[in-house]
Amino acid sequence: MKNIAALAVSAALVSGTAFGQAPIKIIGLYELSGAGAAAGTQFKNGVELAAKEINAAGGILGRKVETVAYDTQSQPGVAKGLAKRAVDEGAYVVMGPVFSGSIIVSMEETKKAEIPNFTGGEASNITAQGNPFIFRTSFNQAAGMPKLANYIANELKAKSVAVVFVNNDFGKGGRDAIVKELGARNIKVAADISTDSNQADFSAAVLKAKQANADALFAYLNEEESARLLRELRKQGYDKPILGETTLMGQKVIDLAGDAANGVRGHVGLTIDAPNPLVKAYADKYEKEFKAKSDHNGIKGYTGLYLVKAATEKAGKVDPKLLAQTLKNGKFSAKDQPGILMDVNFDDKGDLDRESYMVEVKGGKQVIATTLPPLHK
Amino acid sequence: MTDFLQLTFSGLAVGAIYALVAIGFTLLWQTSGTINFAQGEFVMLPAFFMLAGLRLFGLGLAPAFVLAIGVSLVLQGAGYKRGVVDPMLKHGVLPMVVASLGLSIALKNIVKATVSAEAQAFPSVFPDQVFHIAGITVTLADLGTLVVAAVVIGALWLLLNRTLTGQAMQAVAQNRDTAAVLGIDVQRMVLYAFCANAALAAVAALLVTPAYLAKFDMGDSLGTKAFFAAIIGGFNQVQGALLGGLLVGVLENLAAAYISPAYKDAIALVLFCGVILVKPEGLLGKQEARKV
Repeated sequence: MKNIAALAVSAALVSGTAFGQAPIKIIGLYELSGAGAAAGTQFKNGVELAAKEINAAGGILGRKVETVAYDTQSQPGVAKGLAKRAVDEGAYVVMGPVFSGSIIVSMEETKKAEIPNFTGGEASNITAQGNPFIFRTSFNQAAGMPKLANYIANELKAKSVAVVFVNNDFGKGGRDAIVKELGARNIKVAADISTDSNQADFSAAVLKAKQANADALFAYLNEEESARLLRELRKQGYDKPILGETTLMGQKVIDLAGDAANGVRGHVGLTIDAPNPLVKAYADKYEKEFKAKSDHNGIKGYTGLYLVKAATEKAGKVDPKLLAQTLKNGKFSAKDQPGILMDVNFDDKGDLDRESYMVEVKGGKQVIATTLPPLHK
Repeated sequence: MTDFLQLTFSGLAVGAIYALVAIGFTLLWQTSGTINFAQGEFVMLPAFFMLAGLRLFGLGLAPAFVLAIGVSLVLQGAGYKRGVVDPMLKHGVLPMVVASLGLSIALKNIVKATVSAEAQAFPSVFPDQVFHIAGITVTLADLGTLVVAAVVIGALWLLLNRTLTGQAMQAVAQNRDTAAVLGIDVQRMVLYAFCANAALAAVAALLVTPAYLAKFDMGDSLGTKAFFAAIIGGFNQVQGALLGGLLVGVLENLAAAYISPAYKDAIALVLFCGVILVKPEGLLGKQEARKV
């Protein structure tokens, strides 16, 4: 009788741990105010949407996902403090920040605590520092630039380009990458124009670009600044091709810039207009949930959390260190885990590789011109 | 030379917006002896009033602008004077300045919390049309901005110099006590100045928001530059603020083109420092004796 009672208690305890296990804590550090509010809000929404779906489908390895969102105010110092807080609060994974300048500072905390940290940042130096716990949700900015430079050289046959960039880690990284690629193709940088984060007035930058009389203009700024630049370019009647990498053709920029975004061309790693039924289904769900269209940052957040799910299930255990090891050099298929939307390969630095697109904005929408295969199949 | 003219022309359009906001500074200073450090937010708020008209009430831009002017006159004109300035000014200029700084922070955070921290699209006032005149590219937006600003400033000049009310306002600006003795309703004239400031800010919002986008912090640099422009031109002269605004706009453009866009925002500060050192009353300002 005693044995039976002990057995019953053990069974109750075991079942108790199975059903009543603590949720998996995903702590998000997002730019919910300041210069990065557009990007951070999208990234957060993507994560929240994925969490809702994952929980509705039974969670990760039977455990619910609990998301927490903190506002970095687009400031690296705040982001670092919040990363420390996320570690103290027992995060399984930290999502964000999106701004490169913030993640470069904040990831030191998650690295010390050996917690995987997903970022929407695209600056090259994020993954160049040997941090085994950092993972991207989009391309390293250096990955898209050769494709764009080829387009400028071979399709546009431009001999000179005016470069406008935002003077932060993201902008400088993009500027350095495109200047290097243009140089390799003997294309002259006719003007190298630095602008500020949160800059409101772009009249001087556009005047300088017009003075340079280059064959095309390459712009690499954050969302709101991209929209202001496009509006000013349109206002001043700039009539040369305007090119960008991902952000410039993002939905948020298109919404803010209105007609001024039409005609902008470039390379994007993620777009809701991708010829992919999974992406289309995601875009519909996002719009239904948030009454706004997703841009690439929404996709980053969404696929980022689904990558956590895919890798955790592959590892078979909720263990941050094991998750990081599983992600390194990991290959994840959208067939097995539809939430990741596209097949993804990680390398040993945390950079990812997947298919991408050349697009043009027409009638307020991204229109895919070409689908480019992953760099390393 | 065409480059120079081009830069000067587009600088004048930007400068005209600075001038609208700077004139507001001088109006308030002259009639009530206050400095409104929430002036940038007084430009930001009408942008959101217009957005509310456009999005919530489905109005066109013109009726939305009329709505914004009306709300601004009530809240930023009469409301600001009665609710903030009158109670604070009794305790001196410094508490008033601190109150306006506090108001600036509060207004930004209220908009951030209740509307959004993200920038909002705003329709263009003028079509994207470009003219080429003698090698200079003139945009309809710049031309329109200059014309609207000129009309508004011209109307203000007529009000101040050609109407009895305007002359009464000037009398209050010159000497409150004497004006009161002459039977002028001083508080009413001060109220008119606050309302004029609110209307100028609403016009500036209409002209600047299509380029800046509507955002809670859109008034930050505008307010600071207009403040510098008012001091450069002469804080106690409306025409001084006009000159200061235009000067800052043009020199910013020239510096951006001939030196670097990175130094553009420093121009107003450099001019401000230079004027304070050489002619502290401003380029067109008059020296004022202050009792100690």
